[in-house]
Amino acid sequence: MNFVGDWHALLVLVLAGFLPNEVWRMLGLWLGGGVDEGSELLVWVRAVATAILAGVIAQILVDPPGALASVPDWLRYAAVAAGFAVFAMTRRSTLFGVIGGELVMLAGKWWLG
Amino acid sequence: MRSVGSTVLALVLFATYLGIGALAHDSHFSLGWALTSTLLVWAGPAQIILISTLGSGATVAQAAIAVTVSAIRLFPMVVSVLPTVRAPGTKRRQLILVAHFVAVTLWVECVRLLPQVPRGRRIVFTHGLGAGLLAVCLVATTLGYVLAARLPELFAAAILLLTPLAFLLSTARNCRQLADVLALVLGLALFPLAARLHTGADILISGVSAGTIAYGVHWWRARE
Repeated sequence: MNFVGDWHALLVLVLAGFLPNEVWRMLGLWLGGGVDEGSELLVWVRAVATAILAGVIAQILVDPPGALASVPDWLRYAAVAAGFAVFAMTRRSTLFGVIGGELVMLAGKWWLG
Repeated sequence: MRSVGSTVLALVLFATYLGIGALAHDSHFSLGWALTSTLLVWAGPAQIILISTLGSGATVAQAAIAVTVSAIRLFPMVVSVLPTVRAPGTKRRQLILVAHFVAVTLWVECVRLLPQVPRGRRIVFTHGLGAGLLAVCLVATTLGYVLAARLPELFAAAILLLTPLAFLLSTARNCRQLADVLALVLGLALFPLAARLHTGADILISGVSAGTIAYGVHWWRARE
């Protein structure tokens, strides 16, 4: 396989990734103004977008790719719960939460041997 | 304090893209493909949705629908950033690259930094900021990809864990209304149920139903 992969992989990237994502930026550029950020439609859209992202997060945790599958289920969930606890205790610091969750996962793996 | 604020955001962004690079590696995409996705898509959530849906066997159409729903949030961001960037007489085509660079980190930084920049220089400033953040993320994508390939299993797992941690916490941080919080919690809870249906569109099913329930609760409470 060469650097980018084959043309098919690149075409899939453009069709499934670039175009469906970029269309909203360009619509914002062409239609901008006239949209109220607090409108009810946008509240629903944001809720669905948030839930889709939450689903992807759950998918990575429940059915992990590659090396993450070597971490036992309970330890993955415990690490994320610990990260969330640190985040909540540090006035919503994403950075400290991420560090806390990573440390719990590394400590757990080290302890398991 | 301001520079510390931007350092922390840049670190989280770096960690996010380390995770995306590692995820691309472990989902069997090439490094060039991963870098092209950072360059063209330039939106963390869309990239992890793209990589994990395609990686788990979804069709191009299913992946495109999930990506486009996640990207709708870019629309109001672009709409809110452009008036602060443009000067009288700015042509629309001069703003195409600014619109492409809009993503959550750039949006937050624009709100914070642009008021200190003279109006005539704001397009140049935003191009510089966007290109700088993009360069950081391309380095992080490469590093995450290479590290996932070379590191012992323990550290590769740690890099992969960055993605769910960073996205869960930054999404939780951005929750503004009850509907957002409910959508996050229900979205996490409903995915394992939807996955049992084995339709291939699990993420869309759990996302649309969790999001709609969250919105329904919001609407019902607003009526009270």
